[in-house]
Amino acid sequence: MTLLDNAEDHTLTLPAATVDARGGTPATLVADGVSAWFGDHQVLDDVNLTMPAGRVTALIGPSGCGKSTFLRILNRMHELVPGASLAGEVRLDGHDIYDPARRPIESRRRIGMVFQKANPFPTMSIHDNVLAGLSLTGRRLRGHAVDELVERSLRSASLWDEVRTRLDAPGASLSGGQQQRLCIARALAVRPDVLLMDEPCSALDPTSTRRVEETIRAIADEVTVVIVTHNMQQAHRVSDRCAFFLAAEGQPGHIVEQGDTDDIFERPEDQRTSDYVNGHFG
Amino acid sequence: MTSPQITGATGAAAAVQARAARRTLHTRPTTQDIGFVAVARSAAISTLVIMGLIGVFLLIGAWPALKSQGLHFLTRTDWLPETGSFGIASLLWGTILVGLFALCVAVPLGFGAALFISEYAPRSLKSSLVTLVDLMAAVPSIVYAMWALFFLQGHMLEIAQWLSVHFGTVLPFLRVHTPDSPSSYTSSAFIAGVAVGVVVLPTVTSIMREVFAQAPIGEREGAIALGATRWGMIRAVVIPFGRAGIVGGIMLGLGRALGETIVVYAIISPSFDMTTHPLQSGTNTIAAHIATRYSESNGVSMAGLLGAGLVLFLFTLIINTLAGVVVSRSRSGAATEI
Repeated sequence: MTLLDNAEDHTLTLPAATVDARGGTPATLVADGVSAWFGDHQVLDDVNLTMPAGRVTALIGPSGCGKSTFLRILNRMHELVPGASLAGEVRLDGHDIYDPARRPIESRRRIGMVFQKANPFPTMSIHDNVLAGLSLTGRRLRGHAVDELVERSLRSASLWDEVRTRLDAPGASLSGGQQQRLCIARALAVRPDVLLMDEPCSALDPTSTRRVEETIRAIADEVTVVIVTHNMQQAHRVSDRCAFFLAAEGQPGHIVEQGDTDDIFERPEDQRTSDYVNGHFG
Repeated sequence: MTSPQITGATGAAAAVQARAARRTLHTRPTTQDIGFVAVARSAAISTLVIMGLIGVFLLIGAWPALKSQGLHFLTRTDWLPETGSFGIASLLWGTILVGLFALCVAVPLGFGAALFISEYAPRSLKSSLVTLVDLMAAVPSIVYAMWALFFLQGHMLEIAQWLSVHFGTVLPFLRVHTPDSPSSYTSSAFIAGVAVGVVVLPTVTSIMREVFAQAPIGEREGAIALGATRWGMIRAVVIPFGRAGIVGGIMLGLGRALGETIVVYAIISPSFDMTTHPLQSGTNTIAAHIATRYSESNGVSMAGLLGAGLVLFLFTLIINTLAGVVVSRSRSGAATEI
């Protein structure tokens, strides 16, 4: 597929390292002067945003304002699109993830992602889906540790009670909401420092949405969460920090206002933010 | 459905009432639809009819031979219509042997080429490679046959000899009668199979590439986002997704290889043994045998050739049908999203 033309090409065999059983260590992610282009078309202009460790940061804004592009820049998925380029730095605990000496796969292992449309590996069992991140990165767990990790990850994603009796069932046998939580469990199983979520609830019904939101709140102390959402109430409910993106005619996407979620929703400084969070446009 | 409280007569009456109220739904098609469906349907049916007629024609033509030989037609190895004794056992065996050698060449090469085109080739190169593979499939067999005869055969001799000399001591089936003489190797099932493998390579490549390219982008990105390498992503997403396409490609390639005529005809020297030494000159396939004997046959020997053709027809039909079933029942073949 053309979309993946520039993906990491190294077919390396990693030594079978072990994975410790503790939780991830939330890391601070800093975007510094990030601009982005698709070909000659600039979609983001000079975005500066700090996503503090162990907090939930919501990216809000109308469609086409570049917030999903920004999210994909944060774990080097942006470069999979042919013709995509960027400027600026993204620092994970102080280290630029675009440093030429760093492989993209290293950054992606520390910065997990949950997509808009649930994408479990449909023929793999639920059990194997949770472990997919480990097997894909050449890491092995033995014996008891495997079951522990599977249970822990599924519990973190609030899915354990629903699937504990059918871990061998294929991933595709779950409902849409369950599949999305399976993807969250899969992302958490590799103990990322940051978890990016691209409108994770946009295809889910209200009940499933609520479960996923509870999950996000529950995992916030073990991983830094950055979530893109179109749903104002959701942003308000789940996030600690909020950044409002906007693009206009002839002006690429940029951050209009950022700050604590309560401030953005209750005391916005910019009129456009106020209009957007109150549902006057977008 | 009736609720559990309503039982006995009341429930039955309600069910009857519900059945009576059920309507038949009519969709009234437009005139264009009626016309289009009629044309499409008759085209579809006529392919089946033609297919069936070919089978019937072969059966009728072959009948005298089948009647005279009975089941021996399938078990006898020699072909001596003058003496009233002939069968296709050795031909069938040679056909399978050549087909298997063809797969040994076409499957690994096709698999690798398909993965490269679909997953690794730069965008600028991809479309020209796809076109090239399609062009290769369109090159007439006679061109491959000439290439095989004037180029490939000479080079394969050395490989065959090398294999026989170095591994023949351990693997008896690689031995030939006179290992030192190149002429022992010239017209073998091995060389014919390799040449046929080149002929079916584009078919195999093209089918595998198509299913690989259909692997869903969502799952690909899911694997990449978990920190997978390109190869890891291919193993976790592309190959499981394309598994049925791989099997289907192999089987369609085999179907094509079994019927390949002119390339085999150009390479082999006909023999009627059930050879267990594929490097040794001398083998035969159904298609090549028909081509060789067609002009000099009549009467019952011609019926024998038609019978051989019938067997080949049924054989390839079964293999292609199986390939179709495998491909269409899979996720990738049906192009469905779960």
